[in-house]
Amino acid sequence: MKNLLRIFFLLILFTGIQLNSNAAEKVEYLKTDWSFKGLFGKFDRAALQRGYQVYTEVCSSCHSMKYLSYRNLAEKGGPEFTEDQAKAIAASFEVKDGPNADGDMFTRPGKLSDKFVMPYENVKAAQAANGGAYPPDMSVLVKARGGGVDYIYSLLQGYEDPPEGVTLDDGVYYNKYMYGNKIKMSNQLSDGLVEYSDGTNATVEQMSKDVTTFLMWAAEPHLEARHQMGFKAIIYLIILTILVYFSMKRIWSRIKTEV
Amino acid sequence: MSDHQYTPESKFGKWFNDRLPLLTLANHLTDYPTPKNLNYWWTFGGILTFCLITQIVTGLVLAMHYIAHADMAFDSVEHIMRDVNYGWLIRYIHANGASMFFLAVYIHIFRSLFYGSYKAPREIIWIIGIIIYLLMMAAAFMGYVLPWGQMSFWGATVITNLFSAIPLVGEGIVTWLWGGYSVDNPTLTRFFTLHYLIPFLILGLVVLHIWALHVPGNNNPVGIDIKKPSKDTVPFHPYIVIKDGFALLMFMIVFAFFVFYTPNILGHADNYIEADPLVTPAHIVPEWYLLPFYAILRSVPDKLLGVVAMLSAIFILAALPWLDTSKIRSAVFRPLYRQFYWILVADVLILGYVGAMPAEGLYLLIARVATAYYFLHFLVILPVLGYKEKTLPIPLSITEPVLGGSPNLATAKNKESFKIK
Repeated sequence: MKNLLRIFFLLILFTGIQLNSNAAEKVEYLKTDWSFKGLFGKFDRAALQRGYQVYTEVCSSCHSMKYLSYRNLAEKGGPEFTEDQAKAIAASFEVKDGPNADGDMFTRPGKLSDKFVMPYENVKAAQAANGGAYPPDMSVLVKARGGGVDYIYSLLQGYEDPPEGVTLDDGVYYNKYMYGNKIKMSNQLSDGLVEYSDGTNATVEQMSKDVTTFLMWAAEPHLEARHQMGFKAIIYLIILTILVYFSMKRIWSRIKTEV
Repeated sequence: MSDHQYTPESKFGKWFNDRLPLLTLANHLTDYPTPKNLNYWWTFGGILTFCLITQIVTGLVLAMHYIAHADMAFDSVEHIMRDVNYGWLIRYIHANGASMFFLAVYIHIFRSLFYGSYKAPREIIWIIGIIIYLLMMAAAFMGYVLPWGQMSFWGATVITNLFSAIPLVGEGIVTWLWGGYSVDNPTLTRFFTLHYLIPFLILGLVVLHIWALHVPGNNNPVGIDIKKPSKDTVPFHPYIVIKDGFALLMFMIVFAFFVFYTPNILGHADNYIEADPLVTPAHIVPEWYLLPFYAILRSVPDKLLGVVAMLSAIFILAALPWLDTSKIRSAVFRPLYRQFYWILVADVLILGYVGAMPAEGLYLLIARVATAYYFLHFLVILPVLGYKEKTLPIPLSITEPVLGGSPNLATAKNKESFKIK
């Protein structure tokens, strides 16, 4: 039994080291309370809806989100717009379709099954319009950056005047959380930039938090289902482990020895 | 093998068993006499079998949805994560399962090192184990390439480029491995094929590993030969089955924690960026379980010698039964070896740590010292220790220590095994 505890302790230690080694890479990012962290973490529905608004009105003019479809907006565990709302959102976009029976391409209003409309035709067009820098696709952006949500949240609020001695080329901006501090995206957020329909005050901090929450959902659309299932699975395993432990004690009691 | 000849009770069973002795095999597996003093370090064999089956089953499902093409691999993984029913669960189990597999195999290997399980008459079990471990590393490496993220692509580039260190034919071999002049679609498709093949090779070798184990039987914490079956042994079923099952469940709790709560912590964020041959990541690091060998590779200034050192670090393990000259198996009765054993464990952990750090300055120095010590341990310390070490007297049977009873020598020594420094 002592050995078993030792092994279990070792596994916990291993987890701890992994968690720590990841934490060690982080610079001091701005902190905020994320509703989706923790064993029972869930997305804040209203924040996701507001975040979607920030994404459409601000980010989406340059950043694509190619793995998301409009139907996702109405799915469980996401922003949970009603189906009619999601349909209306989809219909507000012009989608290129075709070829039709005559062999011509045509545009039509978007449907739930359509992917998010991309701001540019292709990567080259995106680069050409942005001074050579490709605005990365945002579908899995949160998972593709070491600091995750904290990094994105901080970056959006990290614009500063460059310190003395740092010279910036045209179209390059100073951001204290960016790797190397130089970023080709200018500061996008300013207080009151969007008008939230739920009356929330659209401060830079609020918008950063909302849009980052939205990006987290975009990268992990099944996060809520995962947390719920995880809790059930682990409780189930613990109960089963206890039962098996007592069965084992019973079986081994037939011979006189320590397990 | 048990002494008595098994005959099925039913007429049909007897008829069938005379033609294909499956029932004899089943009987052998349930009755298999196992030392009764096995501790929980011995449960990792069963845990590893579970890991292998889990990887194969989840891998099969993933392969149904994955597309091995440079333009579509990344998209198809996202498709699995988003649109395939419980695709996220299956992929996270598979990705974290690889880490859990290696965690278990390292414990399994170090258990073997502590209790001298590689020594006669178990050399073949040990060597098959090393081959399995090598194949595991190959499978894991190729599996990491399949999502076609940045680390996939650049990891594949770095590792395949190692072969270019071979004189004369190196460059040709690399081109042959790639199926072109850079890591590209042909590389991806062949890695996928091999990644699919290797687990089944491992499965076959696992059968041989267990077969070879069942000839001499398990080693045990006291490390002495025991009579089988005797009062020193218990039948595999139900005693070992329930104990392995209990340990497996504990393991699964840790596994589940990773899958459900921190599924991406063991991977690298860059692998969620689609592979781009024009952009090199700032630090190219392999998965955690390959880091000690990566550290050895980088600690040697010459490329070819670095590759040789890295491969030697693995192959030296195969020679271990002959490098360790001590007649005593278990470290419980080898006070000096026990200390060197823990230094080796620390050494490997240090190598793993510096493997994750940039190869410069102090880190490089530490990596060099640790690499040198690694080889020193196997090539000098172990052979010499066998002759010089004053070992403790070993008990004649394991029955007395496990039965408790009088505080005789064996009991005292067995207790000591719990106080490993």
